[in-house]
Amino acid sequence: MTAITHRPLGGHLVTKPFLILGLFVLIAAYFILRRFLFGMGDVSNMSNGYPIGTWVVLDVVIGTAFGCGGFAMALLIYIFNRKVYHPLMRPALLGGVFGYTLAGLAVMIDLGRYWNAFNLLLPWYAQPNSVIFEVALCVMAYITVLWLEFCPAFLERMSPEIRQRFRLDRLQAFLKRYMYVLIALGVLLPTMHQSSLGSVLLILGYKLSPLWNTIWLPLLYLISALTMGYGVVMMEATLVQRTFKTPSEAALFARLARVVAGLLIGYLALRWGDLLYRGHLGLAFAGDWDGNLFLIETALFLAPIFVLLSRRRASQRWQFLAAISLLAGGSLYRLNSYLMAVQPGNGWTYFPSAPELMITIGVVCLEIMLYLLFIKTLPILHGSTTESHGRPS
Amino acid sequence: MDSSSDHDLETCTVQDLDGYRGALGGLTRRQFLKYCTGVAATLGLSSLMGIRIAEAATAATRPPVIWLSAQECTGCTESLLRAYHPTLETLILDMISLDYHEALCSGAGHQAEAYKAKSMKANWGKFVLVVDGSIPTRDGGVYCMVAGKPILEAVKEAAEGAAAIIGIGSCASWGGIPSSDPNPTHAKSVHEVLPGKTVINIPGCPPNPYNFLSTVLYLLTFGKPPALDAKNRPKFAYGRLIHENCERRPHFDAGRFALEFGDYGHRQGFCLYKIGCKGPETHANCPAIGFGDVGEGNWPVGTGHPCFGCTEQGIGFTKPLHALAKVQTFAPPTAFPAVDAPKGEGISPAAAAIVAGVAGLAVGAGAMALRGMDDESDSSANPRDGEK
Repeated sequence: MTAITHRPLGGHLVTKPFLILGLFVLIAAYFILRRFLFGMGDVSNMSNGYPIGTWVVLDVVIGTAFGCGGFAMALLIYIFNRKVYHPLMRPALLGGVFGYTLAGLAVMIDLGRYWNAFNLLLPWYAQPNSVIFEVALCVMAYITVLWLEFCPAFLERMSPEIRQRFRLDRLQAFLKRYMYVLIALGVLLPTMHQSSLGSVLLILGYKLSPLWNTIWLPLLYLISALTMGYGVVMMEATLVQRTFKTPSEAALFARLARVVAGLLIGYLALRWGDLLYRGHLGLAFAGDWDGNLFLIETALFLAPIFVLLSRRRASQRWQFLAAISLLAGGSLYRLNSYLMAVQPGNGWTYFPSAPELMITIGVVCLEIMLYLLFIKTLPILHGSTTESHGRPS
Repeated sequence: MDSSSDHDLETCTVQDLDGYRGALGGLTRRQFLKYCTGVAATLGLSSLMGIRIAEAATAATRPPVIWLSAQECTGCTESLLRAYHPTLETLILDMISLDYHEALCSGAGHQAEAYKAKSMKANWGKFVLVVDGSIPTRDGGVYCMVAGKPILEAVKEAAEGAAAIIGIGSCASWGGIPSSDPNPTHAKSVHEVLPGKTVINIPGCPPNPYNFLSTVLYLLTFGKPPALDAKNRPKFAYGRLIHENCERRPHFDAGRFALEFGDYGHRQGFCLYKIGCKGPETHANCPAIGFGDVGEGNWPVGTGHPCFGCTEQGIGFTKPLHALAKVQTFAPPTAFPAVDAPKGEGISPAAAAIVAGVAGLAVGAGAMALRGMDDESDSSANPRDGEK
């Protein structure tokens, strides 16, 4: 395998977009402060009927799916040994690092009695039959693994004096030697918790429309997380390429397109086949709220299949559109199954309050800010403009 | 009990339970063994113990029981009369030999007293003494006289020859109502007037009859009292707080409380802690076995009234009915959410504006990103296009 040279992008850190994003982060910080001073009710519309609100659904369930880029690429590169995609690995990993870390932050904001959270780590309180417990532990472990996997990027950046003083070379060698363990964990852990995010919904029973509530929820969540992982890598890479004029990866993506399309076809086949088998297909065409949401979801999943299987997949524009559609479909699937298609009954209604939304937006803005900061200062993007590392000839 | 007189009960053993009708209080052999197994389960014993209980309950010589009533209301006996597995007559006619009980014995006056004396003499050291009601000790115990002598003396006398002593009801266990302030008779519990004796306490006002029956059958089966706690209450029944097994406990943990009788929370069946439920400081198995064999939920909390702590000394008849209990497990947070929380407000203009703004921004940013894409055509084929 050709050695890939990653390098920092450089450039000004404090730019206009950076300041605008920072403003939103400050607004969110204000409301987060209020949440911790005056309680959840002060900023959030969550209730006993809808105990799961936008913080969990957008920042955790959808946020970690966006963070699945690292997982999806690691699976492809290391498990299926497709080394050609290696240039995409580090940026994808970085997306994962922030997606998951900030999901963890969002959970701490969302936990009503966050000061009890440490009990999760006390084995004598463990409830191994709980899906949520599994998700919590698994996500915590994965955040650790992600940061460890990401460590070499920091270490490479350290000045020679510091490297010598703290014997960082040995640490780096150690990490390199045992990186396969971390990579294996990095594939295993998301497989566990991304499917568990689907299993969580099984408890909703009749509250969730049969269009979403199926015994296959875990597998559907896993497949859609994978496709979203590839989608986010495509989108991120394209945006970065456009903004910073780095080498285009469009040719790589053209190859990746077939993998993604295959997964999407599998996903839709399972989803529709299951509906047909259970006899609930009629609900999809009932013309009501749930049915229409389901059809929109399906359309958003179908569009990328057609694009990615046609000759348009070589076009960066169409790739980008396909990735957007794919991400929108996956996000809508999660939003529907966690919130919009959930009917707790007894007159409960939910729409996030403005402060609640601002916190979510702030978390996303923080994610983008940190992403920009990291790619400018750390060796994340591959900087080679002359080599064609493993491109199809 | 129609035809039991046709057969000699004394000669029957558990091996020929099917041999005669009526011997088991109208129960079939299957029903009877099922009952005994149920008792074993109540006591937390292996189901095999059911057989031993059955053997003990149908043993040839039925253990004699002397039941003395002191300052009491007959509530304990009344509740015992309403036990249906077994019925009281099964117990007193087939399992034990109830030789003296003021409310239940057919004889009266001197006849009853003479039979009591005879039985105690014949079974000295072997009979079971049950006492309900508290014992007045003021002025030599003259405030409760039976057959011309203070009950205090009768209890002391009977205790000397008893193999086991059971105090049934809160009055006998710790004094109950008569001992509450100002306690004009200086009422005391049975174990207080019998220093040095082991008294098994079955508190409750009235206690669940099955706690008593199970204790009696345990005594008959093993010849020793069941495991007792520091206050000599059988652990199988009084080992845990009502709060621990309460069917309304999830409401407590979630902070959903009835704040007054008939309010929204009360009608919804929320936790009664805030209107004075003493479950958090009272030891009993009320939520687990219910009263009166009419199904679940038939106990004070089940019917919407706070527990008043009848089994617990210092709580029942002592603490005000609606005073807040001192929670012995986990103290609740000082602030709980309101029970009448709104069920959601719908969309606010600001939230709608934010969602619309984000959607617009996403579409706009997407369009801007698309602009010019592919313009540097063949970009995908030429990695050099991204010069800086």
